[in-house]
Amino acid sequence: MSAESDAGPPVTVPAVAPSRRPRLPRVHDVVQDNGLRVLAVRRPGVPRAEMRLRVPLVRQGPADDGTRTRLLAETLLSGTPARSSFALAQDLQRLGADVMASADVETLVVSGSTLSATLGPFLGLVAEAVATATFPADEVLVERQRVAQELRIALSQPGTIAHHALVSRLYGRHPYGLPMPSPDKVSGTGPARLRRFHAERVAARGSTLVMVGDFDPARAVARVEEAFGAWLPGSPPVRLPAPGPPRRGPVLIVDRPGSVQGSIRLGGPAVDRSDPAYPTLAAATAVFGGYFASRLWANLRERRGYTYSPSAGVSQRPSASNLVVGADVATEVVGPALLETRYELGRMAESLVEGAELGEAVRYLSGGLALSWQTQAGLASQLSTLSAFGLGIDFLRDMPQALGRVSADDVLQAARRWLAPRQLTTVIVGQAEAIRAQVEALDDVEMAG
Amino acid sequence: MPARAAAAGPRVAFPIERFQLGNGLRVVVSPDHAAPVVMVAVYYDVGFRSEPEGRTGFAHLFEHLMFEGSVHLEKLQHGRLVQGNGGEFNGSTAEDYTNYFEILPSGALELGLFLEADRMLGVRLDEETLANQIAVVKEEIRVNVLNRPYGGFPWIHLPPVLFRTYNNAHNGYGSFVDLEAATLDDAAGFFERYYAPANAVLAVAGDADPDRVQQLVERHFGAIPARPVPPRPDWWEPLPEEERRSVHVDPLAPAPAVAVGYRVPDPIDAMDEYVPTVVLAHLLAAGEASRLHQRLVKRDQVATHVSGSVSLFDSPFEVRDPTMLSLVAIHHEPVEVGAILAAADDEVVAAAERVEADELERVVNSMSSSYLRRIDNRMYRGLTCAVLEQQRGQAELLDELPARWAEVTPDQVSAAAERWLATPSRAVLEWRPASRP
Repeated sequence: MSAESDAGPPVTVPAVAPSRRPRLPRVHDVVQDNGLRVLAVRRPGVPRAEMRLRVPLVRQGPADDGTRTRLLAETLLSGTPARSSFALAQDLQRLGADVMASADVETLVVSGSTLSATLGPFLGLVAEAVATATFPADEVLVERQRVAQELRIALSQPGTIAHHALVSRLYGRHPYGLPMPSPDKVSGTGPARLRRFHAERVAARGSTLVMVGDFDPARAVARVEEAFGAWLPGSPPVRLPAPGPPRRGPVLIVDRPGSVQGSIRLGGPAVDRSDPAYPTLAAATAVFGGYFASRLWANLRERRGYTYSPSAGVSQRPSASNLVVGADVATEVVGPALLETRYELGRMAESLVEGAELGEAVRYLSGGLALSWQTQAGLASQLSTLSAFGLGIDFLRDMPQALGRVSADDVLQAARRWLAPRQLTTVIVGQAEAIRAQVEALDDVEMAG
Repeated sequence: MPARAAAAGPRVAFPIERFQLGNGLRVVVSPDHAAPVVMVAVYYDVGFRSEPEGRTGFAHLFEHLMFEGSVHLEKLQHGRLVQGNGGEFNGSTAEDYTNYFEILPSGALELGLFLEADRMLGVRLDEETLANQIAVVKEEIRVNVLNRPYGGFPWIHLPPVLFRTYNNAHNGYGSFVDLEAATLDDAAGFFERYYAPANAVLAVAGDADPDRVQQLVERHFGAIPARPVPPRPDWWEPLPEEERRSVHVDPLAPAPAVAVGYRVPDPIDAMDEYVPTVVLAHLLAAGEASRLHQRLVKRDQVATHVSGSVSLFDSPFEVRDPTMLSLVAIHHEPVEVGAILAAADDEVVAAAERVEADELERVVNSMSSSYLRRIDNRMYRGLTCAVLEQQRGQAELLDELPARWAEVTPDQVSAAAERWLATPSRAVLEWRPASRP
């Protein structure tokens, strides 16, 4: 292009000045009489407040398979003794508030936010729904059909199909092996079962409510007490048992007629952010495929044009965590893309990282962590997630320091332990017959279904 | 009953400063020192509406090329310098702009400005890079459109039903044929024409001192030669005289869907008439309390998802004329589209007849609160400043938009429903699963 000709003399890239370290805000940390833990942080900026409530759902009795937990989350705001679902929606909207509930097999998460001026009434509405939801029959019948259709739509997405296949391989019959309930089971779950499940499982003991925003934290804590003080403690939460070791097996191919890509996923066991070895795993994963300048991106995307957005990361949950590597590639290059992915994994496990790449990866991870809590919403989500792993706000200060101590040799050891290709299981979703011949040249193949 | 938010709506006051360089580059700065984070954004006044016939998708392809090396930087260096210094970057291509941005630790402000200046000075390109990014963009289209149910619904498929002219109607992601036909000469010409300093707005938001920003901007951008700004065509076209319909078959979709598109007033020149249509879209179809959710999902139980917005990407204050209000529903299988449309039409007529003050206040509170949540993020704050300055010369609207929404009266919302939605002048896109006879 024309611009190259007038490039002029070489220019020095400006040096980066040391930035101030972000100051950790003070966390007001209180446990109510009913066992609800409340964390409140003042964070001015916009005149708003963010809330995250985590409720452990594994208590006395057998763990759910995800059917009741999912429907519980979807219908939590469908009515209370004082308000219909429509009235709840209107009242929240009037406050400038929003509330969303989601759940997996072990945790209900109620996320919401409001204007600072309406914090008290907002907490009142959230507490009313959480503690006294009535699951009106007519509402539940509508919602379960809606949820069943949402699940069918989700299950038609290649990424969701690949995720299911991967966690099924990694976790077998453990509840983590089934990330979403079947639409038919959801359609068959009635209001009486939901009410019973709610009464037994949605309880204050072991739950954590995080508030971050433009308010006085002591007053915010008092408002939470007013709103949630009457919530019953319930039985103590228990942990899910840890899953057994994963089955690696041959490459699993899941047929999806009409696919124009193969969705490749590789996974294996990993550790979570509460483990002392986590910083080395995080650094190794980032160098391998966690960001634009990583090896997987440079190879699969920028060199070969096989994929738009490859990924590598650690999926962390309280009872088990796993590495997940992914790339969606054109059907005709599934074999070559898998080969290059395994090559880059093998290179991580066989030789030391070179030159600037470790320092860059570490600064990327530390910077990304700092960016994650520059907003009220980001800080609230971080604190809530950290609480699920028994961690506090200090993590936001300590993790960058721990990352700074990671050496090239640490990365090699971590890669051998978690990234070595022979211990990762591989699943591919796409046009099975077109993919099979390509993959059979590299590995044993198993066809799903 | 819960207390109401103050009638005037929540207020924020982020400062805005602006200046212009001799080469025509406009600059806005919004300082905020609460966190050691700064964002830098450049908006070029060219989007996919401007790309030539036979080159659909070119504006977006060119966005990719802007990351592949610039006058003093090799391929991959841009990303390494941003992320390797603790930052994050991206770019996007919309109807009327292409933007590039990074959010960084504040000590990297000068680096961010240097990176944007270097590619405003010029991009490095060769055949290999062009072929590589054409392949990457094709995979982006496969993963986001061709390989997933409801891919491109409705933003790719509704415009060609509502609009007749190439610029307004064509697919901004582009056809594979057009993408593969792109040449280095096309890229050089596109850059020369649209990437002039005077055709761009630079925004800096967050932990930066405005005087220091001005000094650094002059240092890095000041020497970029001025070039003429291309004339901006008027894309307006007549409204449809009757309803236009189209059917799209999606073999991957498990359930049918429908989208309806309506024309709206000029977002900029007729802002006073336009704002009520934006509020109307929320009142009709945003959230559980909205009229169409209550009607179609809860009462009639014919749909499972309802949404509504103005502009193709739900960014009503980041677009020029003409644009659209769209209503979207995913519905149950034996339900006929006619039943969905009839119910929607009922609700439009009802809104044209009457909107309650209380309902309007709820809707506006919700819109304002969501907006404040978004601009709490320095990245979105900077992006919003830049596009408001580029399209309207009014970065100050960053603070003022909630007040604009709060001024809307119930009668204005009803009038908007009557004038723009209670009309056969609209587009209907039916989305059918393949299994449907």
